[in-house]
Amino acid sequence: MIWTAVLVSALGCYLLKLAGLSVPQRVLDRPYVRRVADLIPVTLLAALVAVQIVSDGSRLVFDARAVGLAAAVVALLLRAPFLAVVAVAALAAALARLV
Amino acid sequence: MTRTTGQPSRRAVIRDGIGVGLATGAYGVSFGALGVTSGLSVAQTCMLSLLLASGASQFALVGVLSAGGAPVTAVVSALLLGTRNTLYGLRLAPLLQLRGLRRLLGAQLVLDETTAMAVSQRTPQLARVGFWSTGIAVFTAWNVATLGGALGGTAIGDPQDYGLDAAVGAAFLALLWPRLDGSGPWIAATLAVTLALATVPVLTPGLPVLVAGVVALLIARRPPSQEAAKTRTEQP
Repeated sequence: MIWTAVLVSALGCYLLKLAGLSVPQRVLDRPYVRRVADLIPVTLLAALVAVQIVSDGSRLVFDARAVGLAAAVVALLLRAPFLAVVAVAALAAALARLV
Repeated sequence: MTRTTGQPSRRAVIRDGIGVGLATGAYGVSFGALGVTSGLSVAQTCMLSLLLASGASQFALVGVLSAGGAPVTAVVSALLLGTRNTLYGLRLAPLLQLRGLRRLLGAQLVLDETTAMAVSQRTPQLARVGFWSTGIAVFTAWNVATLGGALGGTAIGDPQDYGLDAAVGAAFLALLWPRLDGSGPWIAATLAVTLALATVPVLTPGLPVLVAGVVALLIARRPPSQEAAKTRTEQP
């Protein structure tokens, strides 16, 4: 039964990914669809960052992760390279956990 | 991105992609450990990372099963969260222009990480480089880490101990950063964050992020601002 769930969900999720890539160009060219497509990365990824940083899945929690993200924002404002931003966040969070 | 050096080179994009892949892929350890403690076999846990290959859906599936939920409910949860990747496809399709076998292979790599990396590039060529380098790195790391977690639990190290939870959030923020130019994207992002965090206490994990997509559907109903028009001429 678990195998069935594993395989059915795997197939379904693959088809969902493929469906997005297979939307015909004439649909993508519609102004509304273009605006949605432009906004999707910003909205979903901003929400993803927020949920990853200040929630534990069911509650809002401010902990070392928020310290790490704050450090990342400072690094971004200083125009640090991408991997430096990531490293600064990890370091700040790890240090905050030690304190 | 390495904005201080102007146009990021192909090499820099590959390097960043591998960095994102390793940081987020390391979370496969958590998934592998959770899978086996939820009653799945090592093979089932690894097959999920290999075939389903989408963190949010995998955690949802295993979460429902471990809570004693019906397999049908588990599958529906995984599929519901999988629609996030369909939405990403709307943006990636015109950007990547994948055809034939490349589309079939690339589809498996349509993820948060690859979308974030692809849309943050300045040219379609670099977007493709970012998509594939990030996708291959995250897929490889995710599967190796899943196997490690399934066999050894988090004894080999909890990603949190290394500050990786903050690193993953920072990586997505850094990729999002260049997109937050002007008031339009900021308003959209702020509304999305607000809606997601407001629904965290009442929705199952994963859903708040998807719900935030409603913000995109609503804002897009307004006529395009000058800013949106500008973005469209810059990108294919």
